[in-house]
Amino acid sequence: MGSRTKKNIGAVIYHVFSCLFGFVMIYPLIWMLISSFKPTNDIYKTAASLIPQPFVLDNYPNGWKGFGGVSFSVFIKNSLFVSTLSTIGAVISSTFVAFGFARLRFHGRKIWFACVMITMMLPFQIVMIPQYIIFNKLGWVNTFLPLIVPNFFGGAFFIFLTMQFFMGIPRDLDEAAKIDGCSVYGIFFRILMPLVTPAMVTCTIFSFMWTWDNFLASMIYLNKPDIYTVSIALRMFIDPSSISDFGATLAMSVVSLLPIFFIFIFFQKYLVEGISTEGLKG
Amino acid sequence: MKKPVSIRKFLNRENVAGYVFILPFIIGFLAFMFFPLVTSLFLSFTKYNILSTPIFIGLDNFKRMFTQDSVFVQSLGVTFLYAFVSVPLRLVMALAIALLFQRTTRATSVYRAVFYLPSIMGGSIAVAILWRQMFASDGTFNSILNAVGIPCHVSWLGDANTAIWILILMAVWQFGSAMLIFIAGLKQIPVSLYEAATVDGSGKVRQFFKITLPMLTPVIFFNLIQQIIQGFMAFTQSYIVTQGGPMNSTLFYAVYMYQRAFKFYEMGYGSALAWLLLILVGIVTLILFKTSDKWVYRASEEG
Repeated sequence: MGSRTKKNIGAVIYHVFSCLFGFVMIYPLIWMLISSFKPTNDIYKTAASLIPQPFVLDNYPNGWKGFGGVSFSVFIKNSLFVSTLSTIGAVISSTFVAFGFARLRFHGRKIWFACVMITMMLPFQIVMIPQYIIFNKLGWVNTFLPLIVPNFFGGAFFIFLTMQFFMGIPRDLDEAAKIDGCSVYGIFFRILMPLVTPAMVTCTIFSFMWTWDNFLASMIYLNKPDIYTVSIALRMFIDPSSISDFGATLAMSVVSLLPIFFIFIFFQKYLVEGISTEGLKG
Repeated sequence: MKKPVSIRKFLNRENVAGYVFILPFIIGFLAFMFFPLVTSLFLSFTKYNILSTPIFIGLDNFKRMFTQDSVFVQSLGVTFLYAFVSVPLRLVMALAIALLFQRTTRATSVYRAVFYLPSIMGGSIAVAILWRQMFASDGTFNSILNAVGIPCHVSWLGDANTAIWILILMAVWQFGSAMLIFIAGLKQIPVSLYEAATVDGSGKVRQFFKITLPMLTPVIFFNLIQQIIQGFMAFTQSYIVTQGGPMNSTLFYAVYMYQRAFKFYEMGYGSALAWLLLILVGIVTLILFKTSDKWVYRASEEG
């Protein structure tokens, strides 16, 4: 029994603990996926089991039918539309603004940057009522505009994140370009923007995920089934006034998480980077 | 030929170019933040149902909150409990697990991803619906307890004493983002500090309390503030999982505000609620900042 054996035992305990705890952590998600393949009447009865018996696919077509004569594909299409446009707007405008804050020295810069930080801290709930009143006056309720348009004016978090990235690029590059007669705009479009694409990817991912999950604002502004986004539609599945089919609800829940899951699988590096920047550099 | 050149030069001045670049933000800030904030401040002194014109009623909305509205008082209490219990618990959990997975190996990369997954999906309606099922009296949690021989038929979400704790559990479950932040923070602590401590003969536990924890306090502090603010605003959990019930025991402030404004169309009262929340969040942040001198490590200023 040398110290080597002791070390090995320690390692085994470590990995057994990590695996068990990890399993508990994602158990609810695994349960959801597996239960979506159980007959809808069995889900509660066999809730402790992780083996669908019998294995059925019915929940998916049942959920896909949607409700009120609107298919679930419409909700997905709506969500994709809102998320894609919002994301394009947020990423482009935020990169633009971030460059201004990170590279240019102008009067009032500090005050405006303080406004960015305040906006980052202030949540949507604080201004949701007056925003609703304004958009209502504009006749934008029951359109996608209130969900999309504000994104075109930069997101505070994305500005902050991209700024950090700009500041990591040596200034020599700008200086050299300036000497060669390049304008500020040329420096941005031709030299620095290509270099911050990783930050733009990170922003794209976060923006897409957040708008995809957005619930409160969507619920306030969208009141007709044919313009529902996925999250509002899911909420309707569990509405006590409608006939609830829990199997179908679970199946569509799984579908709604797929985009997030794929982002998680393929862009993990960017997610980690974005989260660390947010949490460390404040 | 002369004029275009001067315009180009003008646009190229940093004072001008700066504003050209941040113009989108300025417009957005004024239109979607500043103007709405001012509007709601004004509305908080009125009675307004969105159809008729606002009627000025002075401080009546605020008087009503504290003298006639017991639901408001309850929702404030519930929200404080939720924010001040779930956020510290989540951070402690995140730090503990971050220490466990701080070294990057093939195994820890997988573990990190697994532990992070609930955070990334936790905000969705799908997970909220799932949580509702799991802790129902005939839900997954009780089924598992029954299967291992512990008969349990408690309706966790139907009992006013337990429901809020199920929501807190849901919040703590999503500690993955904070864990990743701490892992990144741990990497920034200079190895030389630990080496020196080892030479001096101090053990791992001592090193944790004398080096790791103090060096991480700025990160902990920032995340504490940010997550407590988010905790005050929590909406989906309460709205989907428990609908604020039973007996308003999980009625979050944001849900109550939503109900007042969008179910009863009391836009004036809703605005007053929003402003009070803003002030409370401001006070809490300020208090946390004041205490930060005592426990947050600041690197000494270097030239």
